[in-house]
Amino acid sequence: MAESIYRALRDGALEGELAPALTIKDSVASPFALQVFSHVISHLFSSILAGKSQSRGLVVVSFSRSPSFYLDLLKNKGTDVASSNKQIQILDCYSDPLGWKDQLAGSRNFTALSNEALVSSNAIVFREVKHMDKLYNSIIELGKGLVGGGKIRFSIAIDSADEMLRHAPVSSVARLLSNLRSHDQISSIFWLLHSDLHEARVTAVLEYLSSIVASLEPSHQLANGQRGDLENFSLIKHNSKKGKFHVRFKKRNGRVRVMSEEVHIEQSGINFTSLPSEGAINQGLVPKVQFSLQLSEKERIDKANVVLPFEHQGNGKPIQIYDGRRSLVDSKHERPVAAVENVQTNENCGSGEIIYYRDSDDEMPDSDEDPDDDLDI
Amino acid sequence: MNQRSSNLLDEALGLDQVIEPWPLRGRVVAIEDQVDTSGSFVLHHLLKRSLSPNSSNVAIFIAFSQPFSHYDRILRKLGCNLVSQRDNSRFFFFDMLKLQCPDGDEGITPEGGLIALYGKIHKTISALPEISWKNVSIIIDDLSLMEVAANGSSDYVLDFLQYCRTLTSEFDCSLITLNHEDIYSNEDRPTFFIQMEYLADILIKAEPLATGLATDVHGQLTVSNKGWNKVSNFHFKVKENVVECFYPGRSRG
Repeated sequence: MAESIYRALRDGALEGELAPALTIKDSVASPFALQVFSHVISHLFSSILAGKSQSRGLVVVSFSRSPSFYLDLLKNKGTDVASSNKQIQILDCYSDPLGWKDQLAGSRNFTALSNEALVSSNAIVFREVKHMDKLYNSIIELGKGLVGGGKIRFSIAIDSADEMLRHAPVSSVARLLSNLRSHDQISSIFWLLHSDLHEARVTAVLEYLSSIVASLEPSHQLANGQRGDLENFSLIKHNSKKGKFHVRFKKRNGRVRVMSEEVHIEQSGINFTSLPSEGAINQGLVPKVQFSLQLSEKERIDKANVVLPFEHQGNGKPIQIYDGRRSLVDSKHERPVAAVENVQTNENCGSGEIIYYRDSDDEMPDSDEDPDDDLDI
Repeated sequence: MNQRSSNLLDEALGLDQVIEPWPLRGRVVAIEDQVDTSGSFVLHHLLKRSLSPNSSNVAIFIAFSQPFSHYDRILRKLGCNLVSQRDNSRFFFFDMLKLQCPDGDEGITPEGGLIALYGKIHKTISALPEISWKNVSIIIDDLSLMEVAANGSSDYVLDFLQYCRTLTSEFDCSLITLNHEDIYSNEDRPTFFIQMEYLADILIKAEPLATGLATDVHGQLTVSNKGWNKVSNFHFKVKENVVECFYPGRSRG
């Protein structure tokens, strides 16, 4: 399923159409969007290097991580980043997003470090994150610097949309993303979003702008409020290593395809596996005690076959509801079958039975009548 | 210094082995607490660990909550002399109790406010020998009071924290913050609080027990270490000179 995402981003945009856009969305309960985002970046970049994608370059707009985080990430995946500065550029909105360092240097209270001034050949510092139009221009400029003008396309990765939304109103951010999608040199674009930092309508705006929405959810929902008890802690532990990954694809023909997988978080990275059946997950959490809390298959079938005394069986025959009024004398001669149609007991040999003996004949049948009715007052 | 009893917390943070180079270098540690279970003891413990006599670590303490004398008194009981550490340039105390950011400015002037504070921290670290940079801890007590000083602008505080994060990348130092969960609990969407959870590499939550108050156990700590992909949970009891940490059911009373 993750492969479908990579393929969509690799294939890129058709002439005259909007570029595919992916939102990777998570929440504090399963905060793995960054891992998924990093995973997608590595994959896309490998395809770019191998010449297997429409896009010929990648611009990473990084607010939340330093440029070296991404360069190290790609290096660890085996990419020779040093020689690939023609294929990747990072717009560094992390180091000095609001120009504070410039201001401080101006008032002479501040000495920029010599290694700070050393701008990596892969990263350009951007200092005006509150201005979405300047950000747009810088992204396009950086991309064009990578692939040249003309018809060659590049991809954009934004880490993260939350920071953009913090600095600018949602309308400006939406306009930026929309303009990027419409630009004829953009092949694909994807961004990270922490859904619990925003109102639902803001998240909805970004989802509307996306052709693919990938959401991460916890494997197990925690009980609201109190996280104190041991059971909740084991769920927290479980949720810290695993999660559910739901992807919604909006296809060109208007159809929507929804897929789900399980995502595992490991030291080395993330893995996707198909979702196990619900029962398997629940069984893993049943406490191990000495008595059997589960039903075997036979027990399950037998339970399903029990005919309850008060239910209408619905096969047209009149129901004889046994109310337990047969006297003890009669019961000696007749088989004490209760609350079941005679036909049915013959057919379902394996069915359960409910056998009811009334304590005594004095026992009044259940009725709506007021038992005090016969009193003469 | 009672080595054994703090071990569970130290273990969860990687502080039970060597402390130089500082195991928390380059990391953001967020401590969250509530009125019932104050997390200040974690802050004091980390401060004490970072100023251990066996190391040359440096701590920069940004105080919005209490004056120097308060921390001096507490750390003395834990066996650490802040006055002499300050004199030896291992402990820098920035008293921010009187900071009031100019209204409406929100950091436009570098002279006042949080921009200046960032500049001051940067200058302090740069002045240290380069070899010490990764052994520096920036400790902030606490974020909710910083927000108050910033006239309630959580965005401004988040900008400041963003710049502090760049310090962790630039100098490989660590950033340790304290914030109070219940201040934000009646908001529909406690954005500022949740932002810190995303920013943190290590999250330490001090909460009451599910079963309520007790004399032998003051609360529980949950340490989520994202780098190690590990979550630990244990109980604690804050005593006069030490904090005892133990697994549930193993209180020594």
